[in-house]
Amino acid sequence: MKPAQFEYDDPETEEEALDLLARHGDECKVLAGGQSLVPLMNFRLARPARLIDINRIDSLSYIKREDGRLVIGAMTRHTHLERAAEVAQGWPLLTEAIGWVGHAQIRNRGTIGGSVAHADPAAELPAAFTALDASFQVRSKRGSRTIGWDHFFVSEFTTALAPDELVMAVEVPALDPGSGAAFVEYARRHGDFALGGAAVTLRLGRDGHCEKATIALVSAGPAPVRASSAEQQLRGSTLDDSSIRAASVEAVKGLRPTSDLHGSTEYRIGLLRTMTERALTKAAQRARSST
Amino acid sequence: MKINGRAVEGEVEPRLLLADFIRDNAGLTGTHLGCEHGVCGACTVQLDGHPVRSCLIFAVQAHGHQVATVEGMAPSDSSLNTLQQAFHECHALQCGFCTPGILMTMDAFLREEPDPTPERIRSALGGNLCRCTGYQNIITAVRLAADRLNC
Repeated sequence: MKPAQFEYDDPETEEEALDLLARHGDECKVLAGGQSLVPLMNFRLARPARLIDINRIDSLSYIKREDGRLVIGAMTRHTHLERAAEVAQGWPLLTEAIGWVGHAQIRNRGTIGGSVAHADPAAELPAAFTALDASFQVRSKRGSRTIGWDHFFVSEFTTALAPDELVMAVEVPALDPGSGAAFVEYARRHGDFALGGAAVTLRLGRDGHCEKATIALVSAGPAPVRASSAEQQLRGSTLDDSSIRAASVEAVKGLRPTSDLHGSTEYRIGLLRTMTERALTKAAQRARSST
Repeated sequence: MKINGRAVEGEVEPRLLLADFIRDNAGLTGTHLGCEHGVCGACTVQLDGHPVRSCLIFAVQAHGHQVATVEGMAPSDSSLNTLQQAFHECHALQCGFCTPGILMTMDAFLREEPDPTPERIRSALGGNLCRCTGYQNIITAVRLAADRLNC
């Protein structure tokens, strides 16, 4: 239960970190909050030859608004985002999702960039960012690029990041007026990874019909799943109980979540359907009261 | 790093966990190690005032930071602080293995929420496992400590 040996660097600037990644990218792991990586290292399921600890790079920890979008620095701790009043006001889906992430001790240390780079399909934030159409700013010595959620999350614990690239920030577009959002999940114990969950956003038009819907599912596949045909089905509906129920059935069509001792594939499909229905119902109420 | 206000120096391998540094190098064995993968909460200490798992941080990462452990709570060797005294009076511990982690969590929690409801205490206690008490007396103790700290 102790980690294997590794080389260790703790650069103080972004440039130094990128230099180190360019040199050692193939054999190293970036250490952000360490709340997923260090358990894996303690179990020796991960044995990186080198760690590049980016905790001393203060410039990566911030929350700001830029052209209406929310920009979150990669080293922003969960607690910081959870307590930010502007996030609760403009992006309440994130605040609600973070309440489900681990426990206070984990959220005090875990980072936003670490969560997305780790890309656990059972994690809350990747799904919330997927529902919010977020994109990820990444950098290497070779240059910068911004990757949309749909290209960033590739598979279980796998992203589009190249070995020499570092996640710098997450960009989240603003929700349109008349929108409501909700995050719902079920876990055996609070703070555990979700057996199933749903992050949704809905936008209502003046006439009370749904103009836009996004649905992202947690623990539904190897990466966050967007239920695009269910989203389409909701457009134009009044978001009454029967259209929400039908969309929830549609959302889980074709899903094959992995069966394990916590729940069979069939159970998990049923759970995802229920989570979707509850999230849509909650988000619809919120959208109505915001218009 | 500073532990409970006292400067502690050491030259260690990067892989040494903060929990092991606190116990073996600084000789402060009040911090307990349970699961060593961030689930049980027994090793909770405060890093710059915030409760964290000392089994999920490397000792080298605490370089230049302030660490607080259970040993720093009591005002003297023969007395307990308000939170500890409330745990003692309410029988909020039995075997005591989880207690240091719970005290470090609840100490910070009461600083942030001086007048919590039992539900909030339950929620804040979520990251600490206790196999003896059934938690009820812990909740009573935290509430009692809150009452005494507020008056």
